[in-house]
Amino acid sequence: MKIEEQEHVLPPPVDPGPDKVIGPGHDFVTVTEEISNVVLQPLKKTPKEWFGAFVVAFVVMQLLFISATWLFYKGVGVWGIMIPVAWGFAIVNFVWWIGIGHAGTLISAILLLLKQDWRTSINRFSEAMTLFAVACAGMFPVLHTGRPWLAYWLLPYPSSMWLWPQPRSPLIWDVFAVSTYATVSLLFWYVGLVPDLATMRDKAKTQWQKVIFGMLCLGWRGSARHWSRYQMAYLLLGGLATPLVVSVHTVVSFDFAISIVPGWHTTIFPPYFVAGAIYSGFAMVLSLAIPARKWFNLEDLITKRHLECCAKLMLGTGLIVAYGYSMEAFISWYSGDIYERFMYWNRITGPYGVCYALLITCNIALPQLLWIRKLRLNVKFLFFMSLVVNCGMWLERFVIVIVSLHRDFLPSSWGIYIPTKWDWATLAGTVGFFLTMMLLFMRTLPAISIFEVREVLHHLEKEESPGLEVVS
Amino acid sequence: MTIGDNPSKPLDISKIRAKLDGSKGPQYWKSLEEVAGSEEVQAFLEDEFPNRAPDWLDPVSRRTAFKVMAASLALAGVSACTKQPKELIVPYVRQPEDFLPGKPLFYATAMPMFGGAIGLLAESHLGRPTKIEGNPDHPGSLGATDHFAQASVLDLWDPDRSQTVTRYGDISNWVNFVAALSSARDVLALKNGEGLRILTETVNSPTVADLFKTIKENLPAVKWHVWEPAARNTVTRGAQLAFGRAVEPVYHFENADVIVSLDSDFFSHGPGHVRYARDWADQRRIRTNITHSPQPKQDRQEGYQAGPAAPLRNQAATHSEEDKSPSPHPAQVQAEGKPLSEADQNRMYVFENAPSITGGLADHRFIVKASQVGQIAQSLAAALGVAGVQAAQTGTPADAAIAMVAKDLQAHKGRCLVIAGDFQPPEVHALAHTMNQALGNAGKTVAYIESLDANPVDQVESLKELVGDMNGGKVDTLLILGGNPVYTVPADLDFAGAMKKVKLRMHLGAYDDETSLLCHWHVPEAHYLETWNDARGYDGTVTIMQPLIDPLYDGKTVAEVLTIVAGKPDQSAHELVKGYWQGRHNDDADFTPFWQTSLHDGIVKGTASTPVDLSAKAPGSIPPPVQGFEVVFRPDSSVWDGRFANNGWLQEMPKTITTLTWDNTVWVSPRTAEKLGVGNEDVVEIKASGRSVKGAIWVVPGHADESATIQLGYGRSRGGRLASGIGYNANAIRTSNALWVIGADLRKTGDSWRLASVQHTQTMEEREPIRIATLAEYKKNPMFVNESEPVVPQYLTLYPDYKYEGYKWGMSIDLDTCTGCGTCVIACQAENNIAVVGKIEVRKGRHMHWIRVDRYFHGNLDDPELYFQPVPCMMCENAPCELVCPVAATVHSGEGLNQMVYNRCVGTRYCSNNCPYKVRRFNFLLYSDWYTQSLYGVRNPDVTVRSRGVMEKCSYCVQRINSAKIEAEREERRVRDGEITPACAQACPTQAIVFGDINDPKSRVAQLKAQPRKYGLLQELSTRPRTSYLGRLTNPNSEIEKG
Repeated sequence: MKIEEQEHVLPPPVDPGPDKVIGPGHDFVTVTEEISNVVLQPLKKTPKEWFGAFVVAFVVMQLLFISATWLFYKGVGVWGIMIPVAWGFAIVNFVWWIGIGHAGTLISAILLLLKQDWRTSINRFSEAMTLFAVACAGMFPVLHTGRPWLAYWLLPYPSSMWLWPQPRSPLIWDVFAVSTYATVSLLFWYVGLVPDLATMRDKAKTQWQKVIFGMLCLGWRGSARHWSRYQMAYLLLGGLATPLVVSVHTVVSFDFAISIVPGWHTTIFPPYFVAGAIYSGFAMVLSLAIPARKWFNLEDLITKRHLECCAKLMLGTGLIVAYGYSMEAFISWYSGDIYERFMYWNRITGPYGVCYALLITCNIALPQLLWIRKLRLNVKFLFFMSLVVNCGMWLERFVIVIVSLHRDFLPSSWGIYIPTKWDWATLAGTVGFFLTMMLLFMRTLPAISIFEVREVLHHLEKEESPGLEVVS
Repeated sequence: MTIGDNPSKPLDISKIRAKLDGSKGPQYWKSLEEVAGSEEVQAFLEDEFPNRAPDWLDPVSRRTAFKVMAASLALAGVSACTKQPKELIVPYVRQPEDFLPGKPLFYATAMPMFGGAIGLLAESHLGRPTKIEGNPDHPGSLGATDHFAQASVLDLWDPDRSQTVTRYGDISNWVNFVAALSSARDVLALKNGEGLRILTETVNSPTVADLFKTIKENLPAVKWHVWEPAARNTVTRGAQLAFGRAVEPVYHFENADVIVSLDSDFFSHGPGHVRYARDWADQRRIRTNITHSPQPKQDRQEGYQAGPAAPLRNQAATHSEEDKSPSPHPAQVQAEGKPLSEADQNRMYVFENAPSITGGLADHRFIVKASQVGQIAQSLAAALGVAGVQAAQTGTPADAAIAMVAKDLQAHKGRCLVIAGDFQPPEVHALAHTMNQALGNAGKTVAYIESLDANPVDQVESLKELVGDMNGGKVDTLLILGGNPVYTVPADLDFAGAMKKVKLRMHLGAYDDETSLLCHWHVPEAHYLETWNDARGYDGTVTIMQPLIDPLYDGKTVAEVLTIVAGKPDQSAHELVKGYWQGRHNDDADFTPFWQTSLHDGIVKGTASTPVDLSAKAPGSIPPPVQGFEVVFRPDSSVWDGRFANNGWLQEMPKTITTLTWDNTVWVSPRTAEKLGVGNEDVVEIKASGRSVKGAIWVVPGHADESATIQLGYGRSRGGRLASGIGYNANAIRTSNALWVIGADLRKTGDSWRLASVQHTQTMEEREPIRIATLAEYKKNPMFVNESEPVVPQYLTLYPDYKYEGYKWGMSIDLDTCTGCGTCVIACQAENNIAVVGKIEVRKGRHMHWIRVDRYFHGNLDDPELYFQPVPCMMCENAPCELVCPVAATVHSGEGLNQMVYNRCVGTRYCSNNCPYKVRRFNFLLYSDWYTQSLYGVRNPDVTVRSRGVMEKCSYCVQRINSAKIEAEREERRVRDGEITPACAQACPTQAIVFGDINDPKSRVAQLKAQPRKYGLLQELSTRPRTSYLGRLTNPNSEIEKG
């Protein structure tokens, strides 16, 4: 009996609850069908929520292009940056976006090496989320320079003057770290996609779908040899990507830790930033997964188990972040240094005290509600929580960058940073860009890793009835 | 083909021109070569340039020399320019033969200001004046300037200056104007000039004075009125009150040990203020012979000692700057410095209503209302035993101190000084004169010379007479020569209304302003840098002012207009000035050397006025203080009386006390603000004598209660793109009988007005950027500066130290003599092509000044101390900025300069974030004016003009360093101390900023860095700044409790 002739009825997309990673009634075919239908279904059948979201995201993305054009035309002064706060939203957004990307790599790579099954439904689109987040982040180092047409001088190329970038600057380390991150993430994501692209090619309904997917899957035949090499390659890439989870944001944190500014110059930043990155990353995963599973009827593949795991990781990293905050506060007092002490006191009681209060609420206070299981399993609450944490993490970077800079050593140079409409427009624009890319991704590529879910299905069935062999 | 066959025939340039005309390209050059080679030309050149004698001996170079000279001569001949009249100006430093592109020339001139003039050297690059320096030979300058002089070069290139003569607003020309003026004059001459009135500002030019004399002789009925809104009218009247004649006091601060200032801000204004600042500072400077060797204290727990406590190592534990350079030889320092026990400095008491920079340096500052200063003067005079004066109580803490101040003065008889403020009533001046007399100061610390004013009338009376006559229809023709009376005349006189009744009104002014709008004729006034003139300095010394450039537009001087009135033919300024001096010179034969020397030196020798012996009489009565709330008028520290309103550098210059730019405000004390229920930027309405004006409040700690200070010079409506629409017009409530202080009511309006300040935090906030001690404390503990922020010991770093073996540039700033005047800020702006960013950008925090003057209030909010600190780049040896630049756009030179490479900067601004001093400035937008053509001229060609997106900062004037080094290299020697002076150091009136080579033990800067008072700002961050400070000392009178 050939697969393609069989009439397979897809099981209803009902969430099987927090104990199961896959809904009941699935076999290899149904899994494949459910995931690939999202991509291969005709345009008319696209859920209208997707269209609605896409229109909104696309319009918001135009803000990015308009802001960037105005920025290049006039100069970096269209933003609110000044002396002493020479880094404003651009760097806050840069760190925020890079941080968001870390969850994707953690899910893909670290959870792979730790052999966590529940990663399989969310790893593909969280890896895509990483890619697009890094793309958004990568715009800012170019946008925020005073002379962006010369930003390529940060790259180590053999110039005619034999002048290389200055390697003691953390910004150069950033260049290496972020470009490595982008490259490895892209490779990892693409390699992971290959078997699924082959599946898409096989199930393609139109000629052009077949051609495009065919080209993209690089001639995958699904032979045993392919699979054996593939597993090795995938594991290697996973191993390569794993240290990046820690190293990239560590290097980004060096942008601050290496400097002498009170509030930046602290050794806790590398682990604190990495924890924060994972924190915000999982929040973004939730923010994306929850609507996506609803619109595309994938609740039986992205189950409450996945959501609960994300929530627990969020809670865990949130506690590490809370520890980081309290250590910062303690050490600034314990150091006895008047500048350090003032810095922390100013965060709480100074002109930006409201931001600090919001920060603690969003990042530490509210997420404690996740201890309550009932709330953890409430999808609407989880979505709200994920947005709260995303805002909180943005605020954390705001407090670190701007509040530390605005009052440092000499009182005569203290100032106030006020973001302009272009600051907000650029931020909104990148969010629009990100969402647009994510929505496009979800509609054109399999958002869930088909072959890995099939693998998990196989393992689960083996567990349940070890003797039975499923013929697919 | 040769031009002429007969070598002895005179050279005919027109023939050469004809020959070369029409030929192009290679043919042109061929013809030129032929011309150059022709015997006729060669013979001509031999005659013309006989001093080429050494070249005659060498046939090859002779030929070359001829070729070069001939070519340039021929080229000069073929250029189609009109023949300019020959006006020979004499450069100060080098003769014209040495004219080299790239090497500036300096010409001596002077800037008339404050009723006097300050001698200057104007730097000219290829015929364009770009920078003003002081004239070291001029007694009023001694090489320094004030910020008005520094900024005046921008006024020359101002694109909004009047460019042509206008008649009824339409373009006309000088010839037509002369015709109109002559015909009007001729008509009036039939009645001896009755109906012709000339209104000028304070005139001290001998040439102009002489012209007026001629006019008076020819047309006896012509009246000369004088009005200047912030002139030293009260000084003259005070002298008349006390001595019966118009004399000018000349102060000798170098002889004064105790100074009492009765609301006199003598550091800020007055014809001699630059000199006075220097003389005062010379009596202030303390140099001791103890060297600076801070040890890490054994008992400190800060953790700076790694491991076991380090043994006290005399040399190794010193600041890194001293490490590699030999410490100053004790003999050297001893020669310069005194033993600590003998260290002494002058003492100053200031009585004022609003904080001023003079008050900031006072050892005792007493806050009284401006109208109460008269009572203070009375009490002090009575305490000093001046006959016929009764003490008067002000009801402030100042009353209790009078006795002790008097005691201090009497203990220093003949070596003290009482000086009254320029804007105090004449009675206070008279009292000051009597006090100086009682103290035996005459001839020692104060001398009296003939008034600098050529027409020392009571300007208010003169103005009133003019207005009265205009209203009465007695004025047919009004000549306004300089000034802007429609804007500056007090509101009660309604000058504009009166002026409209005059049949013919002619205005000579630099700008098309409020006055020229109402005049029939407007003639552009030439800037002092582009024309001939003469002026008197503070002690009477005359400077003959020479131009550096042909008038850019159709500018004329006061003298050129007056000569028409005098009935003389139309003469140029050069002819007039030279003619006057020639006339005064008895011997025609040595006039030329006299002329050349005077132009070269910038002073006419022997013209300093001889002091006269006078005895002072006490005035009968003193004007009573204002009951209730008083409003005090003061000229603004940036735009003065409004004449500099279109000068971007001055508008953007932070006013020292408020750190505000671009606006004037209403200064009130914190208590007054509280009472009125207002804070900064709230708008109040000031009502006085039936008139009102609205202005924004600025709360000034240390201001008197029941008193508000408002500034003149703003609220203008016409005069350039920057002049109008800024601030409020204080003249609207000014009255002719209450020029400087008036009773008024203030009322909150509920509106607010955005102000642009460059410093938002006014106190030191528990940090100690400025280290302060009294003289007594210093004597007990010379190392007081290093107590709070220790020097990080050398051995704490893993990195080996860099050996600075060649030059080691460093700078020392003496906080004890810095007056906070801000001249360094403008000097730096002029020298380094620093852009003006505008009010909105300043408000955002993006002003571009490379050096700034921080001003801190310290202590009690109602009676604080003021401290000033100039902050240029620290040139840290361990620069935080260099570490973080991703593209190596900021690097360190082998001589210790932190170099900013503009063309490598991509603008990530990490360096600014990492600079703890925040001395770096970023071009967030394109701030430099790329497009206004006339501003191209003011730029210093030795310094890059920065575009958008690059970081910039103080460079220790590296262009000056390099040019001195090149010069020294050519002469195969080392740069000498004093050869390199950064712009800020050169302009500083008190010489508080000193720059030099630390590796040279004899240099001033090395010796200053050896002083025990020396510290580095934020030195515990281990940045190792090359710019160091000398701690501030105060010299309070121990008998007066509070300082």
